[in-house]
Amino acid sequence: MIDEIVKKILNGDIRAIARAISWIENDLPDKEALIDELFKQTGRAKIIGITGPPGSGKSSLLDRIIDLEKQKGKKIAVLAIDPSSPFSGGAILGDRVRMQKHATDPQVFIRSMASRGHLGGLAGATADALKVLDAAGYDLIIIETIGVGQTEIEVMNIVDLVLLVLVPGLGDEIQALKAGVMEIGDIFVINKADKDEARRVKAEVEYVLHLKNEDSKESSNPIFMTSATQNTGIKELVEGMESTLQQMEESGLLKERRLKRLALELKRILSSKIEDHVHHFLNTENNLELWLDQLAHRQAAPYQLISKKVKQVLKEFKKQ
Amino acid sequence: MDKFKKIEEQKKQWEEKTLNKVLERFPEQKETFTTGSWLPVERLYLPRPFSEEEYLENVGFPGQYPFTRGVQPTMYRGRFWTMRQYAGFGTAEESNRRYKYLLEQGQTGLSVAFDLPTQIGYDSDDPKSVGEVGKVGVAIDSLEDMELLFDGIPLDKVSTSMTINAPAAVLLAFYIAVAEKQGVPKDQLRGTIQNDILKEYIARGTYIFPPKPSLRLITNIFEYCSKEVPKWNTISISGYHIREAGSTAVQEVAFTLADGIEYVQAALNAGLNVDQFAGRLSFFFNAHNDLLEEIAKFRAARRVWAKIMKERFGAKNPKSMMLRFHTQTGGSTLTAQQPDNNIVRVTIQTLAAVLGGTQSLHTNSRDEALGLPTEDSVRIALRTQQIVAYESGVTNTVDPLAGSYFLESLTDKIEEKVWNYLKRIDEMGGMVYAIEKGYIQKEIQDAAYRYQKEVEKGDRVVVGVNKFTMEQEPPKEILRVDPNLRKVQAERLANLRAKRDNAKIQKTLNALKEAAKEEKENLMPFILDAAKAYATLGEICNVLRDVFGEYQESIVL
Amino acid sequence: MSKRIRILIAKPGLDGHDRGAKYVARALKDAGYEVIYTGIRQSPEAIAKTAIQEDVDFVGLSLLSGAHNELFPEVVRLLRKEGAKNIIVFGGGVIPEEDISFLQEQGIEAVFTPGTPIQKVLNFIESKKEKVLA
Repeated sequence: MIDEIVKKILNGDIRAIARAISWIENDLPDKEALIDELFKQTGRAKIIGITGPPGSGKSSLLDRIIDLEKQKGKKIAVLAIDPSSPFSGGAILGDRVRMQKHATDPQVFIRSMASRGHLGGLAGATADALKVLDAAGYDLIIIETIGVGQTEIEVMNIVDLVLLVLVPGLGDEIQALKAGVMEIGDIFVINKADKDEARRVKAEVEYVLHLKNEDSKESSNPIFMTSATQNTGIKELVEGMESTLQQMEESGLLKERRLKRLALELKRILSSKIEDHVHHFLNTENNLELWLDQLAHRQAAPYQLISKKVKQVLKEFKKQ
Repeated sequence: MDKFKKIEEQKKQWEEKTLNKVLERFPEQKETFTTGSWLPVERLYLPRPFSEEEYLENVGFPGQYPFTRGVQPTMYRGRFWTMRQYAGFGTAEESNRRYKYLLEQGQTGLSVAFDLPTQIGYDSDDPKSVGEVGKVGVAIDSLEDMELLFDGIPLDKVSTSMTINAPAAVLLAFYIAVAEKQGVPKDQLRGTIQNDILKEYIARGTYIFPPKPSLRLITNIFEYCSKEVPKWNTISISGYHIREAGSTAVQEVAFTLADGIEYVQAALNAGLNVDQFAGRLSFFFNAHNDLLEEIAKFRAARRVWAKIMKERFGAKNPKSMMLRFHTQTGGSTLTAQQPDNNIVRVTIQTLAAVLGGTQSLHTNSRDEALGLPTEDSVRIALRTQQIVAYESGVTNTVDPLAGSYFLESLTDKIEEKVWNYLKRIDEMGGMVYAIEKGYIQKEIQDAAYRYQKEVEKGDRVVVGVNKFTMEQEPPKEILRVDPNLRKVQAERLANLRAKRDNAKIQKTLNALKEAAKEEKENLMPFILDAAKAYATLGEICNVLRDVFGEYQESIVL
Repeated sequence: MSKRIRILIAKPGLDGHDRGAKYVARALKDAGYEVIYTGIRQSPEAIAKTAIQEDVDFVGLSLLSGAHNELFPEVVRLLRKEGAKNIIVFGGGVIPEEDISFLQEQGIEAVFTPGTPIQKVLNFIESKKEKVLA
């Protein structure tokens, strides 16, 4: 069954690609085998993240970027992340509305993903979904993050290049952005550049970048002024993305980033495997109530209780 | 003020002696009462400290600033409103027959409904038109169809309203060309084109081009008509569809007037003088079931617009400050269940429009939640207006509900809330930005969602839907449009393309294209040339699509 | 494993009345489903392709202009052509009683007319859940 779906994915079969992503999202039993199988075929696609506050026009910008990348004959895939409701678990995934004119284009694949409780602006399955798309032969994969603000730094750990989109009229938000999220942008985009205050935003970004780069050997980050609605500045941006990626390739930065990404991924898998084993061994699910009972009656203390359990685990590991 | 001290004292006594006793034994049905759009409603309204100056400033006299009491000094004592039923379906010939029927029945103006391909600038044979040709209105592909549509109807005698927006310039050109063939000069033509693109982005969906070129087309029409077609209403700034999309009454007024501000500003930016065009602006509102809220809404809208035009835009001519409006009864209030009940709803809504001082009115047919209205239903709808006009007596005096403690208070409340919205939209940088951001759409959706939730929970009663329902509904008669219409229109188009002077078409379309690229050029004469040469609607719109691009929906859910 | 039902809410044809579609989308979200919304003016082809890329379990079509007899069956036909046999299609809008059985024959499994309580839609989806999760 895995061989069959892998073969279809490698052939670019849309339905197989879409099903595989659901497979990963739903954490089906054979997920790991599937990903391992696909992993061998990855590493070719360029992966770009688009992040920025809500209302900054990320989807519209993406729509324009697709227009131009398509003309170059590239195959493009988009993963657009929207939040799941913490109450119902449901979600409305509406980003693709602004890209819907590409829906019938065989060169373009668009998939909406709900965060399903994952924090950091992505869905838990995003990193693995990327592998499906990479293996399927998409030249360019673009991830659109939820866009809620400062906490969305995770995207930089799974892509080659991050576009940070800002717009005039955000008021205090730009102050907040300075506090951290500015760090993650490789390329800065001031969208809605037709608005008067756009130049002021640019000046502010330049100032913050100046502070950031003063004690860094990296060259200054490029800033682009665009208007997705008026379709201006997009060509320059797309060229800028390409040349930045090329520079990163030549300087070895791209390779470095990708290795770092793999390292993070290995650590993540390792932690989660260990965690699974430990829970399995301790039978946490069933014992939790018992432990809580002990704690509630003050018959045990939390650190003491867990230390004891961990010791048990280590003993077991040594035996094996 | 001391003036009402006695009333205040007596009110306290009344509450203690009379009211509280009753409340103990018979509690009210709900703890709080609101209007249909959630404005709070108190148990009792009393005379309030209202100075003479305040009356003169805010209420005043009919036909005078700020027009709260109406735009004409005598209102319906002089002449009833124009009874104008929106109609059109199928082919131009079928619609022509329906218009003649309506005129025979005593209707006083025409109102043309176009099908969706026409409204979005596609010819009937375009692949995008599949399934839609002739469905919600008449299919018009070229001047040829327009000639059939108005065959035997003298355009110097009737006024014609056309619900057309993105391609309004093209349909107006067709109309002018038909008139010319009838020997009626342009300056004799009376009527309205809707021509309101902003609400299409917000609520109705029949947009083609992005905001900037769309606003240019609109100002081109303002300018052209002020010189050539002076009796024509060049725009009907519409809250109707905003309300249908689920907005509150306040939002309906606020967003409509905000659209109006944007149009006036665009025309001023294009170098027009405010009094040159503002008198030809007209409005279009909805009438829902909450009778008093609706009446207050119309009065508040007039007052706010007058203030905007005078204070913000410095209009000098009182005509520029008058909010003249058409009303349509609320389509979304009609139910598919027990459709005859809709006749009663429409009657209430008719009263709201008339007591609110409307200039013209369309009454919906009882069966519109089921499909296209039958001839019987259309006649009952028209009769409803005639009964209100001739039998109800509400037309005998001007603005009869003025001075009602509740109504005046509600009028003020709505005005206040409208100003709040206008301020917020200004802060965002105007209506175009507020729309592109999805702010307006989100406000409307939230209200629509809240409303629907209340219906679902039974907190809001809709008779026949969530209360007083029937197991077995009586069978319903509906009107069907010939499903082969697209083929009929396609054949007609093929014939037209074969017989017309195609070299001339190319020449006029190329001229239009070049003009479209020049921002300063007025496109109306170029469109008129192409229309007269029998270029199709789709051909003309495609030229403009090439130059202007197309709008992308902005939704926030 | 944690399978979530995904539903595409789409507006075929040219009509811009999206109040109902948006309401249903929001109500489905509140009921815990993942809803993909296409926006207005979608061709049957765009809807079918979107449904496949998004790997949805249901497609809900909303149309008020009267073009349902032409456009709804076309969506079903294209889905089946692309091999998506498992996707369940339902529809809503101003649809006369007498068209409903025709649409059902064409593979539109349920048709909801104006005034339908949202619970009916939820019940329909719930009743098909087994089939979808299998």
